Amino acid sequence: MKSRSFWLKILSATVLFGAWQIAGMIPVSYAFPTFFESMAALVRMAGDGTLFQAYVETLRPLVIGVAISAVFGIGLGLWIGLSSRFDWLFSPIFIVMQAAPLAALIPLLVMAYGIGLTSKVFVVCIMAMPVIVLNTAGAVRNTPTSLKEMGRSFLASDAEIILKIIIPAASPVIFSGLRLGISAGFIGAILAELKITPTGVGDIITYSRSIADYPAMYAAIFSIILLAVLFLNLLERLEVYLFEGNVRGYASD
Amino acid sequence: MVMPQIKEVVGPDDTPAADNAVVARGISKNYGDVEALKNLTLEFPRGQLTSLLGPSGCGKTTLLKIIAGLLEPSAGEIEVNGKPVTGPGPDRAFVFQDFALLPWANVLRNVSFALELRGVPKSEREAIAEKYIGDVGLAGFELKFPHQLSGGMRQRVGLARALSVDADVLLMDEPFSAVDEQTRRKFQEDLLGLVQNENKTFIFVTHSIEEAVYVSDQIAILLPRPSRVSEIIRPTGLRNKDVDNIRRDPEYLDIVDSIWASLRSYVE
Repeated sequence: MKSRSFWLKILSATVLFGAWQIAGMIPVSYAFPTFFESMAALVRMAGDGTLFQAYVETLRPLVIGVAISAVFGIGLGLWIGLSSRFDWLFSPIFIVMQAAPLAALIPLLVMAYGIGLTSKVFVVCIMAMPVIVLNTAGAVRNTPTSLKEMGRSFLASDAEIILKIIIPAASPVIFSGLRLGISAGFIGAILAELKITPTGVGDIITYSRSIADYPAMYAAIFSIILLAVLFLNLLERLEVYLFEGNVRGYASD
Repeated sequence: MVMPQIKEVVGPDDTPAADNAVVARGISKNYGDVEALKNLTLEFPRGQLTSLLGPSGCGKTTLLKIIAGLLEPSAGEIEVNGKPVTGPGPDRAFVFQDFALLPWANVLRNVSFALELRGVPKSEREAIAEKYIGDVGLAGFELKFPHQLSGGMRQRVGLARALSVDADVLLMDEPFSAVDEQTRRKFQEDLLGLVQNENKTFIFVTHSIEEAVYVSDQIAILLPRPSRVSEIIRPTGLRNKDVDNIRRDPEYLDIVDSIWASLRSYVE
């Protein structure tokens, strides 16, 4: 089973990169490099260290923002899911946050918090937090009643019901919220670097475009996607490690 | 040899003859304007299995959850071993219709979960759980997860969990309604053995007339809207018969028929 899913992953990567290579060779646009040109640029930038310097800059708001979003997002989501009053108070804020056109709000953030780290962390949080909060709240609210009754009938305290029943029961949806939220956080981090001040990976993208070094630009975009995918895989590992029984396989298996 | 035996019988007899593990007194339960239960009084003799039988919506599960302490009655009082019930307690254990197993936990953790909540140390509670997993016939499945088990096996896990806390009273909410017919028959036979061997009081909610007559020492027939006990039937003659012959016993068939006769007008 494992080898099948492994080969499927290889196959889907080959198809994607192959299509990229062909599209670049036609070319669909002068500004669209082939896959191999981009990879060469990636290796060059990794070799001379520019890529790593860029990531030191980019990862700072990203990691801080994602950490804040995960901790506060799950915390707030729990709170909202457990209490109808907090649902009434907080849910609208996150629904608005999720729907807000972020790029249009960035000037406001810059006016309030300047062009430094704070604004960028804010952008990451605005992107990442709503889906984490809303998913967690929904999952907590939908904990099967019989599981909670089971806990109570076997004398669980309120804290035990939350920690040992509600959170694990909500974990699949919480984790899917984390996955969506963290990918949105990656988008937010790059968006902040493009819209606020060009630093890090955002700087490579902006600068390469301005000097028409398209392979470098796409290499930078590729690297951030790669990082996001790796991180999401790591998150999945964590979920399997914590809640093994949640992995039920596929109906067709 | 004869004398002391007589004394023993006489000795405890100054307490009332019927020893009830659970007593429901004047229980009413309203949901808004809806009266689910009205002034219901019922006694559950110790060491016996009492079925709550009735058409759907007659409040039998509501009554069971009130006894469990999961719901508050609007009026009336439940006594377990002479003490009034104010909430869930260690003297009662619940078996759920939908099993209520933790999907992220394996069989061993699920069975030991009730003991975990009571703060029993890990090695001790797992040893106890192992014993009951063996008793319900699931030895070897300790590390399986609920989704890897059949419906019948899942309910055995639920039963092992309820037995592991060694409560006086076992509350069973249509425990066999979600398993297939053959498994259900096996469960019913096992339940008769359990009632005989374990010194526990069973309260068993079911909508199956046959099941109630097959397993019960006492059947309380509840009629709906608002629920009250309309009749109490004691199929005492059946309890001494061989389990293999109960289903063709004339008394069994008569009781099933008479219950159906009294219930049929309440079934839409």
